[in-house]
Amino acid sequence: MKLSSKIYSGIIFCFLFAPIAILLIFSFNEAKSLSVFSEFSLKWYKELFRDRNTLAALKNTLVLAASATAISTVLGTFAAVGINKLRSRWYKAAMNTVTDIPMVNPDIITGISLMLMFVFVGRMFGAATSLNFVTMLIAHVTFCTPYVILQVLPKLQQMDKSLHEAAMDLGCTPLGAFFKVELPEILPGIITGAIMAFTLSLDDFVISYFTSGTGFETLPIRIYAMTKKTVTPKMYALATIIFFVTLALLLISNVVDNDDRRKLKDQKKKK
Amino acid sequence: MKKAGTIRTPNTYRAALAPYSVWSVLFVIVPLIFIAFYAFTDDNFAFTTENITRFFTATSNIVEEDGSTTEVRTYILIFLRSLKLAVISTIVCLLMGYPIAYIMARAEEKAQKTMVTLIMIPMWMNFLIRTYAWMTILQDTGIINSFIGKFGLGPVHIIGTETAVILGMVYDYFPYMVLPIYSILAKMDLKLLEAARDLGCGSLSVLRRVIFPLSMPGVISGITMVLIPSISTFYISQKLGNGKFFLIGDAIEGQYIANNLHFAAAIAFILMVILLAAMAALKYITAKFVYGGD
Repeated sequence: MKLSSKIYSGIIFCFLFAPIAILLIFSFNEAKSLSVFSEFSLKWYKELFRDRNTLAALKNTLVLAASATAISTVLGTFAAVGINKLRSRWYKAAMNTVTDIPMVNPDIITGISLMLMFVFVGRMFGAATSLNFVTMLIAHVTFCTPYVILQVLPKLQQMDKSLHEAAMDLGCTPLGAFFKVELPEILPGIITGAIMAFTLSLDDFVISYFTSGTGFETLPIRIYAMTKKTVTPKMYALATIIFFVTLALLLISNVVDNDDRRKLKDQKKKK
Repeated sequence: MKKAGTIRTPNTYRAALAPYSVWSVLFVIVPLIFIAFYAFTDDNFAFTTENITRFFTATSNIVEEDGSTTEVRTYILIFLRSLKLAVISTIVCLLMGYPIAYIMARAEEKAQKTMVTLIMIPMWMNFLIRTYAWMTILQDTGIINSFIGKFGLGPVHIIGTETAVILGMVYDYFPYMVLPIYSILAKMDLKLLEAARDLGCGSLSVLRRVIFPLSMPGVISGITMVLIPSISTFYISQKLGNGKFFLIGDAIEGQYIANNLHFAAAIAFILMVILLAAMAALKYITAKFVYGGD
């Protein structure tokens, strides 16, 4: 790499990491100040674990993300299997468009559109507030599923088509062949998709903001409410924890993906 | 010809796809229809175009610095401001992001992987927190000002300016510009560049005539992925703009908070139509002028 390239990359990465570094450092600050570091302390972490509302929001976020991941992974995997075998061009184009919409549309429009429908349907049944855990779960599954499909579909397309037939020739039912042959092959895609769905759900603010009821608060919504008032480094401690958890998930999904690529390479070599 | 398909029962696969088909109709298509439905109805769900007209005609008075007032069309002004800030942020992202994507694509394989991970890491910090971190850095008592204060300079007022909002947008959406451009550049056939050099192109002209046109699909998806979230954001402007630069996202959120769902839907509807038109135009222009027509 040329020196000029090194310098330029250095500047860009400094720009990208400066705010994060400052967050991490000041979460360990004894004083409340966010510009002068006085002394190392775990005070804000202790305070964070004493804050009931934040802990409740953390629990809500995890429950929501886990449920949304479970549903969207199953829904998305089956959908990918179906889309892969579609013969009607029209149906295929329709499915691709529908999968693109939640990814291309601004979050605010996805959020508003779902909220309007929930409110309308709620009113039809005479409910005063129709936004709750279920509406949020529906919203999260809706924006997570396309990412699962996009991870699983390429794995299906890479697969050797004759394997499925061989299994059926050897006496498998179509469903049996799916579980014995296809599923193990596309599993890395499913895992990466599930991890993506989980982190997206964990991180989402805009769509949750519009589809959440008053009783169910997730972490991003709580952070939003907190940043409306003055913020203590407690929030920085929270941000640091979330950051390292998502980082760990990202690294795991990288490992799964690399393993899978190595396997593919080995297979090609054998051939 | 493969005859494989005849052995299988396509119905199994249709059944596998059915739940998702139903789900997307119910929770992707129908909600979008609801935006149009709310946009064109009043509180009693009777047809009206009033919400749409209000977007184009509502006026308010702006007090200038010299004390005089000017009447402006509120939502047109807000929309144009959102567009301006989003376009500037997108251009800055492209100018900053293209070189780094290029450097990444030409680096050794190991370095490439590390750099991709490094670009992605900030995306895994919640964007509310990232934005808030910038606010504490930039504010009058923040790190930058306390640092230059030691040299007897400043304070510089950055929070509450358009620059701060643009900085926030660039920071939050920068990876979305770099990654698509990188993935195209990394796949590019290096023989093409050698061929261009053999045919007498200088470095700059290889970039202009070969590399840039070939990377266009990445550039287009980068532009789309930065422009769309920055035009519709509502948090960055509140925090870094000090609420002084009301954007289209703020307008939608404000109407939602005030429970004016029909007008919120109207603004969202107009935004959606404009974005769809812009995307179609972008596709058309690149097809026609970059690839010289189909």
